[in-house]
Amino acid sequence: MKGILGKKIGMTQIFDEDGKVVPVTVVKAGPCLVIQRKTAETDGYDAIQLGMVEDRPPRKVTQARQGHFDKAGVPAMRKLMEFRVENGEELSPGDQVVASVFAEDDYVDVIGTSKGKGFQGVIKRHGFGGGRATHGSMFHRAPGSIGQASYPARVFPGVRLPGRMGGKRVTVKNLQIVKVNEEENLIYLRGAVPGARNSYVALQAAKRG
Amino acid sequence: MSQLLNVERPYLREDVPEFRAGDTIKVHVRVIEGSKERIQIFQGVVISRRGGGTRESFTVRKISGSVGVERVFPLHSPTIDKLEVVRHGKVRRAKLYYLRELRGKAARIEERRIV
Repeated sequence: MKGILGKKIGMTQIFDEDGKVVPVTVVKAGPCLVIQRKTAETDGYDAIQLGMVEDRPPRKVTQARQGHFDKAGVPAMRKLMEFRVENGEELSPGDQVVASVFAEDDYVDVIGTSKGKGFQGVIKRHGFGGGRATHGSMFHRAPGSIGQASYPARVFPGVRLPGRMGGKRVTVKNLQIVKVNEEENLIYLRGAVPGARNSYVALQAAKRG
Repeated sequence: MSQLLNVERPYLREDVPEFRAGDTIKVHVRVIEGSKERIQIFQGVVISRRGGGTRESFTVRKISGSVGVERVFPLHSPTIDKLEVVRHGKVRRAKLYYLRELRGKAARIEERRIV
């Protein structure tokens, strides 16, 4: 299982050999350092914990966290993330993971936190159709009926209603890697990736090709 | 942002002549027909230029057999073989969409002399 932690730089477009426009998201992936190796015996599952090395070190590090970094023998980092690995895969604390773990034409799943959209109604949040704007219509963007009457006399859990939208963990599956720039640790992904610029994203080898 | 500029840089073409809206331009377009590639020339007036970086594009309008034809080209596209400025035009707008409503004599553009 390959994975790396990265930072979204932004979107642009580039041209392929045929002169076709390819929309790409540029992600600064790594360099990452392994901070902890979790194993089934000690932690109940197999994973590695990665931290991303950045130009700006964190301003304040709690003693507990500093101890965690010291144990791995790595400098303090801003963002840590775990990646599941197969048992037996060898990466120990202090090892480096760079963008070139992925190659061109690989497919990856990208996990990020979507942009927060605030309190939104059902049309934007759940894709409801809404009603007619004119011709005497009195039903515009309201959710409509949210259930029955005296029986069940309550609203069922899970009914789609207005509320907070975005700011959630989102996975985008099967994004193609268009290009890998090893010197700068940049990965070019075809298409969009959740989150704002400068937000952290995790790249993993696609679960299904 | 600067990191994105660095990403775009290798895709930018360096042989773009200086031109703006109102200029008459010859666009040499690479056309692939089956396995053969040939160059097609599209000549007309630039009526808009928009975007930046690799996203920059321009619109060329010409009258082809009394029908107006407009084509939008990505400025940095490799399908453009060559760009030639035929004539500089003197205009007071950045976007010349008003030309769509004009035809014949009214759609002429005065030449801009470059000193």
